[in-house]
Amino acid sequence: MMKSIKLVEEKREKNMSKPVKPMSMKDREEVLGKYHPDYMGGTKRELKVGIDKGMLLYNGIIDLLEAKPVLAPKDVDLSKIDYDVDLLIIGGGGAGTVASLFAYESGVPKDKILIITKLRHGDANSMMAQGGIQVADRPEDNPALHYLDIYGGGHFTNKPELARALALDAPGIISWHEDLGVMYDRNEDGEFQELSGGGTCRNRMHSCKDYSGMELMRNIRDEARNLEIPVLEFCPVAELLMDDKGQVAGGVAFNLETFEYYVIRAKATILATGGSGRLHLANYPTTNHYGATGDGLIMAYHAGANLLDLDTIQIHPTGDAYPEPLVGILSTEKIRGLGAIPLNKNGDPFVFPLEPRDVESAMFIQECKQGRGIITPTGMPGVWLDTPMIEILHGDGTIETKLAGEVRKFKRFGIDMTKHPILVYPTLHYQNGGVEINEKTETRVPGLFAAGEVSGGVHGKNRLMGNSLLDFNVFGRRAGIYSAKYVKKAKIGKLTLNHLDKYNKMLEQAKITSAKTAPIILPEYRGEMAISRALDIF
Amino acid sequence: MTKKEQILLEKPDIKKAEDVEKKAGTVEVFIMGKSYKVPAGLTIMKALEYAGYRYIRGCGCRAGFCGACSTIYRIEDEQKLGFDLACQKVVEDKMYLVQLPFVPASKAEYEIEKIKPTESTILEIYPEIARCVSCNTCTKSCPQDIEVMKYIQRAVRGEIAKCAEISFDCIQCGLCAMRCPADIKHYHVSQLARRLRGKYLDTRSKNLSKRLKEIGNRKFDGEIEKLIKMDKKEIMELYKTRKIEAEEEDTGGD
Repeated sequence: MMKSIKLVEEKREKNMSKPVKPMSMKDREEVLGKYHPDYMGGTKRELKVGIDKGMLLYNGIIDLLEAKPVLAPKDVDLSKIDYDVDLLIIGGGGAGTVASLFAYESGVPKDKILIITKLRHGDANSMMAQGGIQVADRPEDNPALHYLDIYGGGHFTNKPELARALALDAPGIISWHEDLGVMYDRNEDGEFQELSGGGTCRNRMHSCKDYSGMELMRNIRDEARNLEIPVLEFCPVAELLMDDKGQVAGGVAFNLETFEYYVIRAKATILATGGSGRLHLANYPTTNHYGATGDGLIMAYHAGANLLDLDTIQIHPTGDAYPEPLVGILSTEKIRGLGAIPLNKNGDPFVFPLEPRDVESAMFIQECKQGRGIITPTGMPGVWLDTPMIEILHGDGTIETKLAGEVRKFKRFGIDMTKHPILVYPTLHYQNGGVEINEKTETRVPGLFAAGEVSGGVHGKNRLMGNSLLDFNVFGRRAGIYSAKYVKKAKIGKLTLNHLDKYNKMLEQAKITSAKTAPIILPEYRGEMAISRALDIF
Repeated sequence: MTKKEQILLEKPDIKKAEDVEKKAGTVEVFIMGKSYKVPAGLTIMKALEYAGYRYIRGCGCRAGFCGACSTIYRIEDEQKLGFDLACQKVVEDKMYLVQLPFVPASKAEYEIEKIKPTESTILEIYPEIARCVSCNTCTKSCPQDIEVMKYIQRAVRGEIAKCAEISFDCIQCGLCAMRCPADIKHYHVSQLARRLRGKYLDTRSKNLSKRLKEIGNRKFDGEIEKLIKMDKKEIMELYKTRKIEAEEEDTGGD
């Protein structure tokens, strides 16, 4: 690696004087077809079972949809109810917590709300978002322009009414954040500092240093704790419960530490389980948190909800490839925005630095597959991002002031990004689609609402940066409000898990004999040696 | 197929730790006192997994943002205790380590709408901060290198904005609170300071309140409705030809 860095240093001046030009549409399509997992053969297939039979989805998701439901109905006694609530919220991240606050405000008593979560309250992708949140509030901007960006960025596949809600609710959301006490980056006159982002026509990204998601999540969670909204941690819901009228009526939770199940009856259920980066679709490392295993998609599908846009994934070109502890973690797009150029192992540039995310990623992958990538001591491929160029372009100290978070991250491992290039490789970042919802966050199954990354339709086939923090706030809020309305009228019938028996029968009829079960709840990262010697005797 | 074979087959094949071991050599770590040989260069988190542990607690975002994996360690024959995040700290030879599965630190409950940001607000809600003995152990335990003791002293003096600023990068792992001889719950104290500042001390945006009024008057409904009804070709053209404000500026990004 040091030899390669020498080449990068020697050629730096030349590389800066001769930039690579943007690609033609034809060249873009060609490299996407060959190296982007959305377009390559072998990453997707048609689903053989359920309401979306015939739909093209990523293999890793189909594997789970075609697996046996993890819960056997005969193991669960539904006559004893452990928690009897009005509103069950599955997932303690951004969407779920926001939903709880607005459900409470809309009249659901706090002891009739239950947030149930797989890990700790707040362990979620929401906490990790760095960049910021898009809100059209400047005079030179407006929600219609924001709508156009969302819809065009999604390749015109979004559900228009959801994109409209995202753009129009945004200013109200940020005002609510001000009331909560979120510390946004502001100018001296109190106006927000607003940056641009990929695919946006106006500067509208509001940030809290590069800890935007953490600052939002901390405040929202603190408010839920002040209100004493009940939260059950380390108890993922394994399957939804239904009643004899075909409504979703709660869920069966699984205590990860005692292995007990709990029957939770609820008049309305909000699915806020987040994304699926930990499925490592197309074998990518991921920026996602430990619990992002797509459980919500699976249990909702078992209950008859339909899915949207899971034939695309968002891979981000600049995941870290070195050092090993950082593999898959994000290095912000801003680094390229400030002038750092991607280089191969010979120190040569090979791509225009600011192609769209999918194209830039495909070019990085091509470079590595064709043997011009750098291989780390732990076997990870990558290409250089020549960060010292930023200081040459904008003057000493620029990196320290504009990329403080990144500097801290690399400094932890003795890497000085102001003097040496960093190594990057594409990483799995976001689940664009999910369970289809409408403007009221209703799914097609009565009693089941969904909000946040688990839902589908808001972003179409591609999410723009800054719109996921916005998503969990806008639709978390709507889920809280509309579910609160719903519970006032809802009547639950006799509880049942018959939908799982039915699903098993469908699998049988489709002649699917997978040994897998789903949802998987947590990813498996134990060493192969340890697993292969493990005995099942205790 | 046995369950074990199934697990091995389905394991994500991102990078085989076994190959790593061959290339980088091994170190000996003591997980809660038990010796394991693990590949050098792994984080504490990945080393535990390599050794056969499957996380339930002690693992969250795996990227240094959530504070779930605070770890306490001591290298054999060394005096000092070390504090870090398991997902960010690389294993060292002869490292004795244990993770903190939970932090019992009670948080005060308050109604943010009803309290006011006075000099004594934080002291009234968290009176124990007055017992700070300035030992600086909190600062030394912080995996984010935050000047924890400094922000507590600012809080004691009623300097809410400064306390909020210094503490901003806190990931709320709780190591400070577990080490404090005065039983201060630092990370809850600073959460209160930041909310007080964000709500009461920072100047509000005028642009935002104007925009909210416009939305209340349904100023943009018609325009968005028009975009929704527009045929695909027309809106695609509109999208492609729209003016981009930041064409020549620095871009942000996540």
